Amino acid sequence: MVTRVLKFNHSGLSDFMIQRATAMILTPYTFLIMGFFLTTSEMDYGKLVEFFFSLPMQVANSLAMLAIVAHAWIGMWTIGTDYLLEAHAGKHANFIRSAYQVVCLGALFIYLVWAFRLVWQF
Amino acid sequence: MLCRSLEVDGSLRGLRQAHNASVSISNIGVKRMKTERPVNLNLLVFRFPLAAIVSITHRITGVILFAGVAFALYAFDLAVASEQGFVAAKALVAHPLGMFVLLGLIATLTFHIVAGLKHLLMDFHVGDTVEAAFYGSIAVIVLTIVITGAVGVTLW
Repeated sequence: MVTRVLKFNHSGLSDFMIQRATAMILTPYTFLIMGFFLTTSEMDYGKLVEFFFSLPMQVANSLAMLAIVAHAWIGMWTIGTDYLLEAHAGKHANFIRSAYQVVCLGALFIYLVWAFRLVWQF
Repeated sequence: MLCRSLEVDGSLRGLRQAHNASVSISNIGVKRMKTERPVNLNLLVFRFPLAAIVSITHRITGVILFAGVAFALYAFDLAVASEQGFVAAKALVAHPLGMFVLLGLIATLTFHIVAGLKHLLMDFHVGDTVEAAFYGSIAVIVLTIVITGAVGVTLW
C-alpha cells in the first residue's frame, strides 16, 4: 500500500470521471487530425498552416492539449501508485514515487507551454 | 466466479492444482492444512488471460504515448516553422526510422483508443463477462491491426 503522508481532500471518483471525459475529447480530436491527414491529397505547407491555424483548430488544439495533460497525469499517477510501492521499489519508494511524479508533472508542463506557444504563434 | 474464469481460460493450471491440493488437504485436517497449503503462486507459471494482457498493454501504450507527445510536438513544430521546415519534417517521416516511429505511434494510439473504448463499454456493463472480455480483447487486437494497416497504406 502507498503510505500517504499528506492527506489531501481529493476524490478518486473525480479522477475516474476526468479520465473518461478527457478520453471523450481526445478520441474525436484524434479522428479529426487523422481525417485531415488521410483526406488531404498532395499535402503542402500552405494546407497544413491553413488548417491548423484556423481559429476553430487553435481552440481544438488547446482543448486537446489540456485534456492530454489531465489524462496523462491521472494515468501516470495511477501507474506510480500501483508499482512504485515499498513492496516493489524498496524502502525509498515514497521518495522515488514523489520524484517520478515531479518528473511527470515537469514534462507535462513543458508540453503544455510548448504546445500553446506553437498553437498561438500566428 | 473465479473458478469459472479459470475454466474458461483453461490455462491457469497452477492455481487449479493448488485449489485441488487444498481440497485434498482439507480432508486431512486443519493442523496440516496450515503448513501444507500452497503459498507459492509463482506468476511465471501462469498464462495470463487475454483480457489481462490487453489491460496491461493499455497501460504500456499510455506510457509510450506520454513520450510520443514530445515526438508529435517536435514534428509539428518543425513542419509549421517554415517551408524548409515542412520539407525537413516530410523527410523525417519518409526516413525508415522516422516512418517506424510514426507508424509505431499510430499503432500505439489506435490500440490505446480501441482498448479505452472497450473500457468505457465495460463501465456500462457491456461485455464485462469473462467470455465477452475474451472476444472483446480479440476485437481490440484485430481492430488495431486493421486500422493501423489502413492508415499506413493511405499515408504512404
